[in-house]
Amino acid sequence: MTSLIAIGAGLAVIGAGIGIGLIGGKAMDGIARQPEAAGDIRSGMILMAAFVEGAALIAILLSIFMLQG
Amino acid sequence: MLSHRHLIVPLIAVLFSLPLSGWAQHESEEHQEESSHAEATHEGGHAAFDPTATALHHISDANVFTILDFIRIPLPMILYSKDEGLDIFSSGKFHPGEHDNGEYAYHRYVLFEGNVHRIKDPSFPNDLVEIGPHSFSEHIDDQNDEVVYLNYEGTEYQLDPRTTLDNGMFGGKFTSFYDFSITKNVLSMMLVAMLLFWLFRKAALAYSRRSGMAPSGVQSWLEPVFTFIRDEVAIPFIGRDRYLKYLPLLMSLFFFILGLNLFGQIPFLGGTNVTGNLTVTGILAILVFLVVSFSGKKHYWQHIFWMPGVPVFVKPLLAFVEFLGVFIKPITLMLRLAGNIVSGHIAILSFIGLIFIFGKAGESLGGSVVGTLMSVPLTMFMMAIELIVAFVQAFVFTILTASYIGAAIDDGHH
Repeated sequence: MTSLIAIGAGLAVIGAGIGIGLIGGKAMDGIARQPEAAGDIRSGMILMAAFVEGAALIAILLSIFMLQG
Repeated sequence: MLSHRHLIVPLIAVLFSLPLSGWAQHESEEHQEESSHAEATHEGGHAAFDPTATALHHISDANVFTILDFIRIPLPMILYSKDEGLDIFSSGKFHPGEHDNGEYAYHRYVLFEGNVHRIKDPSFPNDLVEIGPHSFSEHIDDQNDEVVYLNYEGTEYQLDPRTTLDNGMFGGKFTSFYDFSITKNVLSMMLVAMLLFWLFRKAALAYSRRSGMAPSGVQSWLEPVFTFIRDEVAIPFIGRDRYLKYLPLLMSLFFFILGLNLFGQIPFLGGTNVTGNLTVTGILAILVFLVVSFSGKKHYWQHIFWMPGVPVFVKPLLAFVEFLGVFIKPITLMLRLAGNIVSGHIAILSFIGLIFIFGKAGESLGGSVVGTLMSVPLTMFMMAIELIVAFVQAFVFTILTASYIGAAIDDGHH
């Protein structure tokens, strides 16, 4: 059970990693195309990355609770 | 049936029981390793180095401010129990020694690994008692929970579980006393708050005295950060005409979180982990939740409970999802900040632990040298990353707060 929970937490991190990677990559693309919009793109990027991270954190919190319970 | 009083007392207890540890205090891997360092040193031999327990001990809150493991600053204890009443004394009464274990018991309270515990058995002497060093032992009970015992004059006394949110609330355990002590984390928060007040007061005085002139001194440090938060966070997300009302909240959040993040980064200075504490970030998230909920306009609530512009059969489903979202937003705020800071601290502590793993806890000098050579660059790298994380997480918390407020006060006319 413990190893299953650990695998679940790891999967959540993989998902968040892919998501944040895509966001960062696209934001860099956007900034390279339009350097004058860098500020707007950057704050949007951080906001979106935070949302993706939030989903992963919920999964990790659930796995911590399952480990405890 | 729950009366209001029943709900309010736990709520207040949660709000003020700040001496809480970091999260994940009791992962089950840790439970299986029964040989805790307390027991091992008790038998006089070399303690097997337990990196998990060491890391968790260092990120958790404490009732004593330990600097470099030999300067121990006692902190005030404010404890209340229903049967014994209020107890106010200094944690110096416990005479904390090795591993921050107290060598004295006072009013059935003992200090174990820096945290106050209470002895369950009322037959224990109810005044200052010398219990000596190495008198604690940890066991795992049948529910896979850690139970700490005190060996005093041949008898084993069971201790209360610690006063933590993760144990008290989620593990379903409550202590027999309320802990309002000024712990290490509370002291750090006070110090940072005073430092910020002093800095900003200085800057504000400089603005009134040197109006129209170029900024100087502390002004030139604070002004770029301040205008950055105003121009990149407050104005775009809340709107130029309404941002001033929420600017004090955003600035306080940003500088408080940033100050605490950086304060926890100072090496050897107690290594406080305030923003990595789920309770502290939880209170900040509750503040944000209250501000967002109370400034929410009709437009905001309508979009949560009865989304316009979608077919009727979708509306209840969306209402359910959006209603959950109202609570998930502050919960993720809480988790994100604590998770990022805790993971950074654990990474640093694990890298430092390499010295002891390679050195076999002091038995092998050559191993310690190799461990140090690996550990120092890794730790420095991690601390550099942590400095960036300190700024980014403070910024993310602020920008998300601003976006939630912006969504709540949007009246749909633009």
